[in-house]
Amino acid sequence: MIPQLGQAALLLALAVALLAGTVPLAGATLGRPRWMALARPLARLHFALVVAAFGCLAASFVRNDFSVLYVAVNSNSTLPLGYRLAGVWGGHEGSLLLWLTMLAGWMLAVAQFSRQLPEAFVARVLAVMGWISIGFLLFMLLSSNPFERVFPPPPDGNDLNPLLQDPGMVAHPPMLYMGYVGFSVAFAFAVAALLGGTLDAAWARWTRPWTTAAWACLTIGIMLGSLWAYYVLGWGGWWFWDPVENASFMPWLAGTALIHSLAVTEKRGAFKSWTVLLAIVAFSLSLLGTFIVRSGVLSSVHAFATDPKRGLIILVFLAIVIGGSLALYAWRAPTLGLGSRFGVVSRESMLLANNVLLVVAMLSVLLGTLYPLLLDALGQGKLSVGPPYFDTVFVPLMVPAVLLLGLGPLAKWKQAALPELAHRLRWAAVASIAAALIAGAWAGHISAGTTLGLWMAFWIVASIAVDLWQRRGQWQALPRAMVGMLVAHLGVAAFAFGISMVKSYEAERDVKMAPGDTAELAGHVFAFRGVREMQGPNYDALQGLLEVSRGGTLVATLRPEKRIYRVQQTPTTEAAISPGPVRDLYVSLGEPVDQGRAWIVRLYVKPFVDWIWGGCVLMALGGAIAASDRRYRARRRESQAGVIAEAGA
Amino acid sequence: MTPRQRRIAWVLGIVAAVGIASALVLNALRSNMVFFYSPSQVAAHEAPRDRSFRLGGLVQAGSLQRDGLTVRFHVTDLAQTIPVRYEGLLPDLFKEGRGVVAQGRLEAGVFVAREVLAKHDEKYMPPEAAEALKRAKQGPAK
Repeated sequence: MIPQLGQAALLLALAVALLAGTVPLAGATLGRPRWMALARPLARLHFALVVAAFGCLAASFVRNDFSVLYVAVNSNSTLPLGYRLAGVWGGHEGSLLLWLTMLAGWMLAVAQFSRQLPEAFVARVLAVMGWISIGFLLFMLLSSNPFERVFPPPPDGNDLNPLLQDPGMVAHPPMLYMGYVGFSVAFAFAVAALLGGTLDAAWARWTRPWTTAAWACLTIGIMLGSLWAYYVLGWGGWWFWDPVENASFMPWLAGTALIHSLAVTEKRGAFKSWTVLLAIVAFSLSLLGTFIVRSGVLSSVHAFATDPKRGLIILVFLAIVIGGSLALYAWRAPTLGLGSRFGVVSRESMLLANNVLLVVAMLSVLLGTLYPLLLDALGQGKLSVGPPYFDTVFVPLMVPAVLLLGLGPLAKWKQAALPELAHRLRWAAVASIAAALIAGAWAGHISAGTTLGLWMAFWIVASIAVDLWQRRGQWQALPRAMVGMLVAHLGVAAFAFGISMVKSYEAERDVKMAPGDTAELAGHVFAFRGVREMQGPNYDALQGLLEVSRGGTLVATLRPEKRIYRVQQTPTTEAAISPGPVRDLYVSLGEPVDQGRAWIVRLYVKPFVDWIWGGCVLMALGGAIAASDRRYRARRRESQAGVIAEAGA
Repeated sequence: MTPRQRRIAWVLGIVAAVGIASALVLNALRSNMVFFYSPSQVAAHEAPRDRSFRLGGLVQAGSLQRDGLTVRFHVTDLAQTIPVRYEGLLPDLFKEGRGVVAQGRLEAGVFVAREVLAKHDEKYMPPEAAEALKRAKQGPAK
């Protein structure tokens, strides 16, 4: 019964989305207020129906209803309840339902928090989002229905992929999708502005908090994925430049460029067409990411099924959304007009340069990700593009970006003077270089790469310090948007610091250890005490015991595991990590050797690795602070008046 | 400078910057592409000698030997077999008779792997390994 209800809810949601995509849009075009007023109630109804469908799928998981094919494939009666719920988005069909639920949620948020916006604009925005929903609903109902039944139902399910049975995996997809789909708001705002023909500072002010909020969610989503890879995959890496990771990183880069160019559009009225283009690109990349991950083009932990029909539908959908919005852009963008002029050295020019760098970075990731897929599709042979490519490309792009990150916030709008900037930042430059050299010397050897990385981190901190020092006495009056920017930039500094330290000074060792053996690594002594058998709720494990001491005192007891999940008989490696602000101790069990008398053990000491994720959290926190700036809400009367005046003109 | 000249200077500057960036990016791409070869192709001396590549196929049953940290095994596409040497931990899903992809280079007829990949799904066959088997079945490597 419950699955039928879910199915019915999806069909009704499609009907509602069709109404939401057409009636308010027609109302906005023909100037019928009643038709436009339907947009909000339809968005609420759409949300209720989609959430009902989501709830039905979750209920089927909780009740172990294996007559639902998706539940049978992704769950098992021995699976703990929390992971059964996570199983809702553990596979292809459920992920799409999660995507749709997020979209419905963002639509509801726009419907609720847009009272200050003109009715015609809200009608257009919700209609555009309605069309996206139609696309996803059709895709689900035609090729990936989560409520598909099997008869007779299997006695038990096939279980959730053991690698996904992890708290990090419970939170990663919802956050990531919240970010991905959040860019649909910026996209809908951009398309609505193109349709309506007005794009002004007020438009940018409306768009900013939505874009920043989506960006913050995406940042956390990517961070959780990286953290998950770090402790679940068991091999100590935190970013592999895997196509699936790149799929989420590309919209992030475009989104980062977008939030910066929106600032210019709001404050100075410049970069209008560029901002609109970025909004279209950011959301298109989110869709492309969904396509890359979900179509089965890539086979990895994320892609569960290969079905050419699905791929074709997503391709058609992508072509309509991207092609259609770009065509609209080409048609309407020339009417947007150019913004105010600015000097070669000014905050605008620096933000423009930052945008160019971010977009080039995004394009180079796109190239490295799609080129192998294209070549393969054309039958030109198989190849892969490894991490060295991305490393080679990213460093030269990020160094000038970080230099600008320090300069930009201190430069004046319109026209800044280089000598004055240099004068204001001279101490920041000296202090950051000195700090980089000292930190390098303290941590170990000094090399060019390390010094450059550390300098970037200290340069950001020093330039923020200079900025704050020169504003002393007015800290109370700093707008939240500014505070958020500073916090996010500090996050970039923490991130750069973490990467530089871990890349330069991490120590790694594979050793054969029998019980009683010790191994030394980076000042830590790892003593292997042996391995015991143990049982989890749905797996059997061998658990090793290692005691780590430094200078004779015990600093950590680590219990890495080798698990076999009973249903799928899949082995997994569970690393044991002792996290810390200055270092992580990381141990994973390899395989037994010498007839089980000894084990191959991998040991890591990773200095400051947690700063990488801490930096991401700071960036997202900065985004949250900036998005909550009262300015975006307080000026509602004024902006409404402005819009009425415009509409009358 | 007139506004027009200034705008042209801007555009030229951006075009130059993007041009340099693309040149660097394409160069990086070309020097970091890792090609895939099947055991038959390696046996036919088609694989590069001076750069690393990927080798895919099945781990030959009974070929796995472990000596401390060093692992030796054979990768086969059921037509040809290439010996592989690797130092370090093997992935969880590495098993005799299953698909594998290794990245490394040839040294005196032995493929010295720097990295061994076996993906995360029990039923999953790495596409490269499947490709190698398919090619070998179709006849001698082109």
